[in-house]
Amino acid sequence: MSLMSIFDISGSAMSAQSIRLNATSSNMANANSVSGSAEDVYRARYPVFSAAHAAAISGSSDPFAMSFDGMMPESEQGVQVLGMHESQAPLQPRYEPEHPLSNEDGYVFYPNVNVVEEMTNMISSSRSFQANVDVMNAAKTMMQRVLSMGQ
Amino acid sequence: MAISFSNALGVHEQALMLRDQRSAIIASNIANSDTPGYKARDFDFASVLKERMGMGGDTLELATSSSGHIGSPSNSISDDMLLYRTPLQPSLDGNTVDEQLENAAFARNALDHQASFQFLNGKFTGLIKALRGE
Repeated sequence: MSLMSIFDISGSAMSAQSIRLNATSSNMANANSVSGSAEDVYRARYPVFSAAHAAAISGSSDPFAMSFDGMMPESEQGVQVLGMHESQAPLQPRYEPEHPLSNEDGYVFYPNVNVVEEMTNMISSSRSFQANVDVMNAAKTMMQRVLSMGQ
Repeated sequence: MAISFSNALGVHEQALMLRDQRSAIIASNIANSDTPGYKARDFDFASVLKERMGMGGDTLELATSSSGHIGSPSNSISDDMLLYRTPLQPSLDGNTVDEQLENAAFARNALDHQASFQFLNGKFTGLIKALRGE
């Protein structure tokens, strides 16, 4: 039953988008976490998405999620988070000799977080989350309708 | 006089099943709207439905016990039936999902699903009425 697998597909996308939102909030929160050495400073991080079989991600052995021949259908792809990627963009050194964390040259390093970029990421992930919620709701309605057949 | 369900239900049984499968494919497209390199997919509903109807519902399926065996055509959508969408606005990361287009396709598919369901439900209601003989 394909309608059942929609819950896996959209569910995996919603969880991936919430991981992305988590990363965004972490980046925003640390946008001003300075450090005296370039190694210790926070770097912007982003999740890496990849398509994968919906049933494989959810780990469900739900027989309804499989097609009738017991194979996982090629067409039904959920989203998988492969890992977190740390941005390699250059850090921002600033001359702040009064800062308690400044190094011997008087510089502190600001993270390579671009706040504008993070805001657009936040809007994008919340919109995608919303789209998947709508899909799941529609699938639920379709499912309920089919269950009422013959009544 | 036997009642043949596949004759009585007509095209609507297969249509409902295909609508069901298509909704999962479009849901995959929407789910992967932010996945780099993902290509949006869909199938040609009319041609797949025609193929399904040609298969006939009353045939027995061939058993396959090894991956090398050739089975009878199954009810799932195979990879060669799935086509790729032509992107109107290709994105830099290779993703071809147009979220608005997919949302519209999903909504339309849900409505078509409801239509197929109502036809099928009507057939069942008719059959029940005939069996009761009221």
